[in-house]
Amino acid sequence: MLAVAADRVWKYFGDYPALRGASLEVRKGACVALLGRNGAGKTTLLRILANLSRPTKGEIRASVGKSGIGYLGHGIGVYDDLSATENLILFGELMGVANPKKSAAEALERVGLARVKDGLAREFSRGMRQRLAVARAFLHKPEILLLDEPFTSLDDRAIAVLQSLLNDALASGATIVMSTHQIREAMELATDVALLERGKVVFAGPRAGEMLSDPTWLYRTYGEPA
Amino acid sequence: MKSGLGTALAIARKDLRTELRTKESINAAASFALVILVIFSFAFNLERDEFYAISGGLLWLVYSFAGALIVNRAFSRELPNDCLDVLIASPAPGWAIFLGKAVAAFLLLLLVEAISLPVFGLFYNIRWTESLGSLVLIILLATWGMTIVGSAFSAVIVNVRLRELMLPVLLYPILIPLLIAAMGGTTALFQGEPLTGENFGYIRQLIGFDAVYTALALYMIEFILVF
Repeated sequence: MLAVAADRVWKYFGDYPALRGASLEVRKGACVALLGRNGAGKTTLLRILANLSRPTKGEIRASVGKSGIGYLGHGIGVYDDLSATENLILFGELMGVANPKKSAAEALERVGLARVKDGLAREFSRGMRQRLAVARAFLHKPEILLLDEPFTSLDDRAIAVLQSLLNDALASGATIVMSTHQIREAMELATDVALLERGKVVFAGPRAGEMLSDPTWLYRTYGEPA
Repeated sequence: MKSGLGTALAIARKDLRTELRTKESINAAASFALVILVIFSFAFNLERDEFYAISGGLLWLVYSFAGALIVNRAFSRELPNDCLDVLIASPAPGWAIFLGKAVAAFLLLLLVEAISLPVFGLFYNIRWTESLGSLVLIILLATWGMTIVGSAFSAVIVNVRLRELMLPVLLYPILIPLLIAAMGGTTALFQGEPLTGENFGYIRQLIGFDAVYTALALYMIEFILVF
């Protein structure tokens, strides 16, 4: 059963086609590592899947509405001048969480920020801000998680928190699509792999043994020469 | 899920809370309004009757300049950390996000106007308290119109690099009908005329402007935010 799918999606920025008929089908419960070089269209595709951008041509299908989708982009998506608790309560309210205060307290406990729950986000260290962002993305227990380079510039503690949350999400049947350049970390978690080249999905399928043992195998086999 | 109005209130509360903590736009707009009032007081050397004839225009020039500073922040305050993405990705309807931001900007602008009105009265010897009810009505209607159009343009240009320059260029031409009515009505009040008969036309014009642009902005905002 499909969780989310892109069908021959094109996206132009001015005259430049960032996506050129990209198609991708993600089944429920899968964890897809979306790979590709810089400028391949990974972020554009994720933004379209997250309803942040409209495709110029093509179609997006999702098994859930916006309230069932969690998105973690390049920015941390939290307000510097709100406290950690205020941030999470606000996002809980926006995402339709039944008891935002309780969920916020639980999420802060989970990411190790309970003792600074009333501190303003701008007073936090970089690592703490990243953990707050992770708590925000997982707050409403989304059925589909769209993560744009989630491991980039995370500190070790934030990576551990994120991996634990991702494992729990997968165990509970959630679907994950994550773009990444950190192939080794992604391959450990991924059930499926998709490779984007110049705005097109040139490979999509289950993760194979070769990909795990040799992270560059996929690029060498399906990608264009660098 | 929260209702659309509940979401709007949550967004408005958030914007007011962050603004009252940083005081970024309120300090800038209030100081700007006061500085302009002082400069205008040196610029004009008019007889009392002549001054009363332009008093409404002066007041609304100050308010519209200060208003541009407030509404410019409506959506640009979402840019740090890509918070706008999170708002758009949420199931909250676009109109509710927009309405919340417009309400917060409206209240902030009213605060700036409330600070600068007594100063205006003091510097220019205008007895603005004599028709306070009618003056408040004009201020509420005109400020809402400025806020709704300004917030819509703030969303349009949120990703433009020179948005601080772009906003006045886009905003003021659209505000001309509103400013004509606000200036005319306020001048009439300061000259001791009631807002009845012919002068009630100013109120009708403000209500019409607010209704048309509020409906238009709420309808268009989804297309503006997600492109």
